[in-house]
Amino acid sequence: MMPVLSVLAYLLLAPLVGGLLDGLDRRVSARMQGRQGPPMLQPFYDIKKLFTKQMIAVNSVQMLLNLSYLVFLAVAGSMLFAGADILMCLFILSTADMFLVMAASSDSSPFSTLGAGREMIQMMAYEPLTLLMAVGFYLATGSFHVGDIIRQPHSAVLVMPGFLLGFIFITAIKLRKSPFDLSTSHHAHQEMVKGITTEMAGPTLAVMNVAEYYEMVLMLGIVALFFLNEHWWSWPIAIVACLVVYLLEILWDNAAARVKWRTLLDSCWVATLLTGGLNGLILMLVR
Amino acid sequence: MKKLAKSPWLLHYDASSCNGCDIEVLACTTPKYDIERFGIINTGDPFQADILLITGGVNSQCEQVVKQLYEQMPNPKVVVAVGICACTGGVFKDCYNIKGGIDTVIPVDVYVPGCAARPQAIIDGVVKALEILEEKRQGYREHAGKGES
Ligand code: SF4
Repeated sequence: MMPVLSVLAYLLLAPLVGGLLDGLDRRVSARMQGRQGPPMLQPFYDIKKLFTKQMIAVNSVQMLLNLSYLVFLAVAGSMLFAGADILMCLFILSTADMFLVMAASSDSSPFSTLGAGREMIQMMAYEPLTLLMAVGFYLATGSFHVGDIIRQPHSAVLVMPGFLLGFIFITAIKLRKSPFDLSTSHHAHQEMVKGITTEMAGPTLAVMNVAEYYEMVLMLGIVALFFLNEHWWSWPIAIVACLVVYLLEILWDNAAARVKWRTLLDSCWVATLLTGGLNGLILMLVR
Repeated sequence: MKKLAKSPWLLHYDASSCNGCDIEVLACTTPKYDIERFGIINTGDPFQADILLITGGVNSQCEQVVKQLYEQMPNPKVVVAVGICACTGGVFKDCYNIKGGIDTVIPVDVYVPGCAARPQAIIDGVVKALEILEEKRQGYREHAGKGES
């Protein structure tokens, strides 16, 4: 019964939570820049508007591919919130991303084609750490199952702080935060117009935005996984940890300039080795 | 305010402005004027824009670009001509290469005069454009509802 409820809660609430977090992001960012910023509910106004706009279909598949992106993300998130296999969840997450890459390369704009290429480089950059992290969870808790991971006597973060650091690093890539917002940016004006979303108009863009909210909650859900254990008090700690990580990402977003793809790849792999690799090695040795 | 009016996204295009008006448009996004507090975003993408903000008169070179940008924007959409050059051609009106104001090429909804137009005037112009946008949205909805679009 519990898994069904939490999956339902995820499917229904993730867009709301994601939208609120996005609103918070825009407001906090504005404050960091000395501006007042939009209302907290601005992301919802934006999405509502996008759905009322004319649907310019640049081809017949883009909307379908975007919808697939949304559905696969929702499935990946549901697996996490159902307490299922974390490896499976991460694989479906990468599959979802492939649909986005296909959606972006399906149109004729050179900007979105470039963006699609960069999105794939980003995937290459963060994929090793996500897989290592799944292995890390197995080494730390003896199971790939989310349901078992959160029923340990101690939080996983105690033995895998390196993985958490690495995961915070790749969350910046996944949430498209500067300096890693190569393929498309939430901020206006980048060197490739809007990157992968350049030819997405109205409802197509709205679908992509909703999908990103699912992804945001999924990523924060994995952060929470590091902190949850069998005691009830680990839940508030996990929620606070998620918020802190999110605020760190916003800070990073506002403090750093965009890097080139080569720097992204190098720094991400070095970070993966130093955090996940080292932590994983230690876990294996002490086991 | 209604749906569109709460989240207008701008596309800023410099037709043949002297850059004076463009500086003022950019000034609107700075902390002092902060147009994002109205939910306004200055996007660089015609596919995602609701309001086309044009500075400078149209010359024969950029005429096609202006038309294309306008056509790439999804309905409903409005055009705001910023600065006297964009309204009528301004001091450049009699130049051999200038066609005149923006309305010689695409329909313009709001004219913001001034040389250069002040940020306050530009924001007022955009707010005016929002009303027109809302009217157009209702028209568009009825139109779409009849299955004519
Ligand atoms: S109106 Fe004045 S400031 Fe604006 S583009 Fe024309 S000459 Fe330049």
